[in-house]
Amino acid sequence: MSGSGYCPQTPEQIREMLSVIGVGSIADLFAVIPAELRARSFELPDGMSEFEMLAGMERLAGRDRRNIVPFIGGGSYDHLIPAVVDHLAGRTEFATSYTPYQPECSQGTLQALYEYQTAICRLTGMDASNASLYDGGTALAEAALMALRITGRKKILMDAAVNPFSRQIVRTYLANLAVEIVEVPAVKGQSDRQAFLAALDDETAAIVLQNPNFFGGVDDFSDLAAAARDRGVLSIVAVYPLSLGLLKTPGEMGADLAVGDGQSLGNPLCFGGPSFGFLVVKKEHIRNLPGRIVGETVDKDGRRGFVLTLQAREQHIRRQKATSNICSNQSLCALRGLIFLAALGREGFAELARLNYDKAQYAKGLLGSVRGVLLVTAGPSFNEFTLSLPKDAATVSERLLAVGIAAGIPLGRWYPGMESCLVVTVTEKRTRAEIDTLATRLEEVLWS
Amino acid sequence: MELIFEKSVPGRHGTILPRSDVPRANDLPAGLLRGESAGLPELSELEVVRHFSNLARRNFAVDTNFYPLGSCTMKYNAKAVDEAVRPFAGAHPVLPYLSSGEAFVQGSLGVIHQLSRLLAEITGMQAFSCQPLAGAQGEMAGIMMIAAWHRSHGQQRRFVVVPDSSHGTNPATAAMAGYEVISVPTAPYGDMDLDAFTKTMNNEVAAVMMTCPNTLGLFNPHVEEICAIAHRHGALVYCDGANLNAILGKVRPGDIGFDVMHVNLHKTFGTPHGGGGPGSGPVGVSEQLLPFLPSPRVTQRTDGSYCLVEAGEQSIGRLANFYGNFGVLVRALAYITMLGRHGLVEVSEQAVLNANYVMNRLKGWYDLPFDSTCMHECVFSASRQMKHGVHALDIAKYLIDRGFHPPTVYFPLVVKEAMMIEPTETESRETLDAFIAVMIEAADLAETNPEALFQAPRTMPVSRLDETKAAREINVCCQ
Amino acid sequence: MDFYFTREHEWIRIDGQVGIIGITAHAVEQLGDITFVELPLPGRKVKQAEVLCAIESVKAASDIYAPLSGKVIEVNELVENKPEIVNSSPEGEGWLVKVEIADPGEVKGLMNRDEYTLYLKGLS
Repeated sequence: MSGSGYCPQTPEQIREMLSVIGVGSIADLFAVIPAELRARSFELPDGMSEFEMLAGMERLAGRDRRNIVPFIGGGSYDHLIPAVVDHLAGRTEFATSYTPYQPECSQGTLQALYEYQTAICRLTGMDASNASLYDGGTALAEAALMALRITGRKKILMDAAVNPFSRQIVRTYLANLAVEIVEVPAVKGQSDRQAFLAALDDETAAIVLQNPNFFGGVDDFSDLAAAARDRGVLSIVAVYPLSLGLLKTPGEMGADLAVGDGQSLGNPLCFGGPSFGFLVVKKEHIRNLPGRIVGETVDKDGRRGFVLTLQAREQHIRRQKATSNICSNQSLCALRGLIFLAALGREGFAELARLNYDKAQYAKGLLGSVRGVLLVTAGPSFNEFTLSLPKDAATVSERLLAVGIAAGIPLGRWYPGMESCLVVTVTEKRTRAEIDTLATRLEEVLWS
Repeated sequence: MELIFEKSVPGRHGTILPRSDVPRANDLPAGLLRGESAGLPELSELEVVRHFSNLARRNFAVDTNFYPLGSCTMKYNAKAVDEAVRPFAGAHPVLPYLSSGEAFVQGSLGVIHQLSRLLAEITGMQAFSCQPLAGAQGEMAGIMMIAAWHRSHGQQRRFVVVPDSSHGTNPATAAMAGYEVISVPTAPYGDMDLDAFTKTMNNEVAAVMMTCPNTLGLFNPHVEEICAIAHRHGALVYCDGANLNAILGKVRPGDIGFDVMHVNLHKTFGTPHGGGGPGSGPVGVSEQLLPFLPSPRVTQRTDGSYCLVEAGEQSIGRLANFYGNFGVLVRALAYITMLGRHGLVEVSEQAVLNANYVMNRLKGWYDLPFDSTCMHECVFSASRQMKHGVHALDIAKYLIDRGFHPPTVYFPLVVKEAMMIEPTETESRETLDAFIAVMIEAADLAETNPEALFQAPRTMPVSRLDETKAAREINVCCQ
Repeated sequence: MDFYFTREHEWIRIDGQVGIIGITAHAVEQLGDITFVELPLPGRKVKQAEVLCAIESVKAASDIYAPLSGKVIEVNELVENKPEIVNSSPEGEGWLVKVEIADPGEVKGLMNRDEYTLYLKGLS
């Protein structure tokens, strides 16, 4: 019996094909593999129909508890996704093609990626984008690698207010390269400017900052970027793309490189992936970018078309001298991002950012007025802010989770001394009623 | 076709957002705001739909065309596999970092754990991490684990050895992990030259990276010996699992001495390639490398529940924002569950049958530099056609006009004018025959009317594109 | 002024203390349309056979090695903006780098034009 249903050859065809090949059986095709190298085990369950499989996956998914109201972010955000995103990105011409090596029969993917690059440049105020990287954290690591290559220096100054997951990824990527990573501690949820200025030296390749930072604080890094430039140091700014509907762009701050995670642009939470990372740079650094880049050109008849370009940077040509080992991108997720941005449009995207801001400010006012609660990020914030609670934040969070509210991310795990602190995220999807309930429940947990 | 930005009409709206149910907050200080709103297109929803629907029609894809792109395993992606993801779409990845939050994502953690166990059995490795976001990142994790393992033995080695036929990601990965690369030539029989390899090895070599079967589509019968030689010099051996589709249930790299390997879920395990990604590259290790696996790891408690564990000090650390390309992991688990033991063996058997069939039918027409039974793909050279001035590229473009996505061309680098054909197991004899007929037609045209090949493609929205202009006059973003 | 050649297909034209370096017509033919030349900074010191700069074409990247040891005193800025000049005039306008020669004795290791022509014949 045919095992899977996805192998179409009939027994008769198999016989004919074997005779064309000139062997007696399929086993003969594997004769080149010596007996002693054969699999010692292959103890997998028997196969099943798609219906049984789907029922099983549904059962497994049922072990996830879905009725939680999330006030958590930390790099992954519960945002609205217009129906057209799933519909259009789900088209199989996008989903079941691959890297557009043959441009004439891949203009759909290529033009979409060129439009994506343009959209990300306009969002961030930067000059040039690649066609996406794996995620925001790895994009930051690639940006750090770029800065090391460009400057020939060996030190990275990284703000401790950068997402801890991203910082861990940077450490992993740089672990074998004899590079010094200096973390500059944040003070009260803000970047410590004096410490940064004191640490900047001629050995430093880059400063790494994030806006809004992990605590939710919003900043303008123009001064740090300028100070860095004076020392020949590059500035890398990580951003939350959705906030750029409202906030000053890395380009306006004078950043040399900007990165971010595209999940908030039309990609579902999906337990953290797939998403996409973007890496955008000033024009002069384009040849140092990792990953695929799509460029405009013309065909033999003078018509506009798009191709993968500057490929001599990449691993398949330059091998060990490539700008990165990356081969795939997150094309389909980047496409989702583009469709999301196009569906909302210029005004809609700005409005969405404003909605996040307004809701979060409402929540910040309300939660900040709960008895005993202090605002750590009392200054400007976007859709996240940090509270200091009169009790251990992990314990409070656990008790709120028990009543179906993921109230925020307790900071103690990453920031010793901040065990009472909770980062609260409020996206446009949270209703006033949900925010009010959170405030009521928080008060109950703290005081009853 | 116009760019979406060129279709924009100021003041036009697409998606309508919910009305705010909270008071408007005070504005942020002007210095923190962007100067003007981002120049995104302004279109109606219908215009957005038309734009992307028409772009989609400008793509060849597995669902519309035979796509024998060698080394990429462009098999059919079962639609049920996509359906399997839906119930998992809402799980928030930060939940496991909240006290008792793991209880809320037992299903999602279960996916990762179950898939890791299945991959371990399929490959004979001890354990897997599903965190790597693509094959290349799996390689990076693997080589970094090898580096950490050497450090734990008080050693700092200098070199990584790769065959010259390897994927570019192998040497690029070695460089990212701080190693110098030594390239070993391919012998006339198509495998890494055993003598040259043996001479290359010394106790400064940290790792040997091999693709199994190799990028010429051949199974190297000396692979166990190569592993043994490497081990004698204290080096570890990495298996690039890009070609696993050929050997499911036949060979397990873990059984024959490989210490680390990655698998490409989007190749072997039937998840869509997405126009370039997302892929997924889980990395598996032998027992001695367990402490070095990326962090965090998903484990199972004795009561059957799943938990997330930050790995110990020896771990190479975190590679991804969260737990990998989770949506791809769900699809791969669905695929393996549906095919099961017999289905997966059949995958490899039919993939190898189809590749050998194409190879035998075409070898009268094209040069076959390594003429022996192939595995899941075969590599021809257009050197015979070169005599008429026809290159592999011209044949590729002609195939496009005839409705076939071309094979991988100009890789591996060790074959001049390479054309690497990987039919996969999901293609019917009828499709293969139609493809073979067009390949033969192209070979005939190379002799009789090469101009017809030079003019191709003529049926696409664009003819051949000027890649030199693209690289000289860089335009990667419209103003 | 004498031309000398390397096995990696660079040429150097020696004019007293100064050597002008470029790549040969054969190298250009192998690379195809050149899209970018990454030139060294003036002042940099290189040893013979060390990587001096890099050249990119659409589908290839190639390191250029210093034919002789020396110090970079000038680079051809023209090819930075118009890399196609290397294609059209590899031994003329498409020169890459001028160096101040450190050790004229190293010329012994290079080929003259006849030897290079013979060497090319051996390759094909």
